[in-house]
Amino acid sequence: MSLSINDVYKVARLARLGMTEQEAQTAHAQLLNIFGLIAEMQAVDTNGITPMSHAQDISQRLREDRVTEHNQRELFQAAAPQIKKGLYLVPQVIE
Amino acid sequence: MQWEIVIGLEVHTQLSTSSKIFSGASTAFGAEPNTQACAVDLALPGVLPVLNRGAVERAIKFGLAVGAHIAPRSVFSRKNYFYPDLPKGYQISQFDLPIVGQGSLTIQVPTTTAGQTYKKMVRLTRAHLEEDAGKSLHEDFHGMTGIDLNRAGTPLLEIVSEPDMRSAAEAVAYAKMLHTLVRWIGICDGNMQEGSFRCDANVSVRRPGAELGTRREIKNLNSFRFLQQAIEYEAQWQIDTLENGGTIQQATVLFNADIGETRAMRSKEDAHDYRYFPDPDLLPLAIDHEWIEQIRGTLPELPLSKQTRYVADLGLSVYDADTLTSSREMADFFEAALNEVPKEAKLCANWLMGDVSASLNREDRDITQCPISPAQLGGMLKRIADGTISNAAAKEVFKILWNEGGTPDTIIETKGLKQMSDVGAMEAMVDEIIAANPMQVAEYRSGKEKVFGFFVGLAMKASKGKANPAQMNEILKRKLAG
Repeated sequence: MSLSINDVYKVARLARLGMTEQEAQTAHAQLLNIFGLIAEMQAVDTNGITPMSHAQDISQRLREDRVTEHNQRELFQAAAPQIKKGLYLVPQVIE
Repeated sequence: MQWEIVIGLEVHTQLSTSSKIFSGASTAFGAEPNTQACAVDLALPGVLPVLNRGAVERAIKFGLAVGAHIAPRSVFSRKNYFYPDLPKGYQISQFDLPIVGQGSLTIQVPTTTAGQTYKKMVRLTRAHLEEDAGKSLHEDFHGMTGIDLNRAGTPLLEIVSEPDMRSAAEAVAYAKMLHTLVRWIGICDGNMQEGSFRCDANVSVRRPGAELGTRREIKNLNSFRFLQQAIEYEAQWQIDTLENGGTIQQATVLFNADIGETRAMRSKEDAHDYRYFPDPDLLPLAIDHEWIEQIRGTLPELPLSKQTRYVADLGLSVYDADTLTSSREMADFFEAALNEVPKEAKLCANWLMGDVSASLNREDRDITQCPISPAQLGGMLKRIADGTISNAAAKEVFKILWNEGGTPDTIIETKGLKQMSDVGAMEAMVDEIIAANPMQVAEYRSGKEKVFGFFVGLAMKASKGKANPAQMNEILKRKLAG
């Protein structure tokens, strides 16, 4: 699978990343390298092997259903650019 | 030519855990904005999600209740999209390896004939665990949007059906059954106003037997009435569009309840490119057989099993059985009352669905807030069944039980509501009536049978309404025949 420069722009837009042409070129070259590595791995015969979804072959520990966090709104909102009535304010988004 | 409507539902049920799915913040509804959003919910750098055992248990419970396969190993994935009420830039969900596999739900669909239903099985595709997003408030902030992240990270079980429903009525019956079931097994409070149970409906139309048509998805329907209205409007809109030579474009639409119409949302063409991939922060979820069996042991008898039993063993109609199993509390009340009068299932059902339900509705209460206990109701029904009181007197007893409490037998005694079944006394009354009304007696004997009502009226009046009507009629007929 080859990756075009337009694919790079598309992914950047979905992630809301602004990229100069130079940055896009660099990212494109880096991503092509990664794709090359993936192609190499895909050439390996993996018949009969269950795919792993995580690099560690263990399962996750669970947490008991208990409330352990208390209200720290003031602390968290001290770092917010804009707040009002306890809400974080962001540039308007309407679908 | 006919059109067939094809509907599949995706239902988001909020699981009734105390804490969030990946953090220890509270899920209680109605708190001040952002007071229940901790560092994990806010996606502050360096935090890691830890899965809530209570959420997993509830998902397993649901899977068992719909006869589904529980995945011994399931995986959490990131669903990537950019929106300010989703601080991480992705929602943790499940994609190709969900916790609950295929199952099914049997529903009773009401027909246009009152009290008539037909049975249908709806297949479930899957159910998966995921986190809810925060809330955006668009009003009053001068071009800004306010974000409340209290809801971010609330555990959801998304239940996906196959496109098995063929009318709005079937979709509503399915949604109601699901709503009953999740409350029945105690995994969701079912509060639709608070958003604990939200439906998305995928609707398409086709000629019967043809391939599936292009679907449009109606988002976020939070009442059964809106679900019904939105599907009806949407299906008609699609039929009109196709009949006028148009085509349907796949789209996400919103239902405007004020004008009763669906409208496509404006979305960029790549808005739904979610780029799912396994979340490296979360290891696979392993569920062993022992855990599943332990949860199976906690499942109560399910609505469908009760319905079948009520019809087969108690001789109730499907409609009655369906109504009595509309909630676990209702079924429990019915069974407890029936315990007092085991042979009177129909009488018990009639009173519960009649006077009890009507009185509860009038006072806007549910069955758990009924001022009359199952034992009190059952005790009263026992006296109707053994002929101690008439139906009319029972209504009087019921009113007193409802307003003042007490025991049925004491009320019957102190208010003198016992039916008169002293044959001698009744015969004496009838003799007196016959002697006092020779003209009417002559009319009756000459064949004017409708005069009989006149005598019944006099007899009931003479007994102050306490005479056993069947017995009194029998005596009147015998004496009037001469």
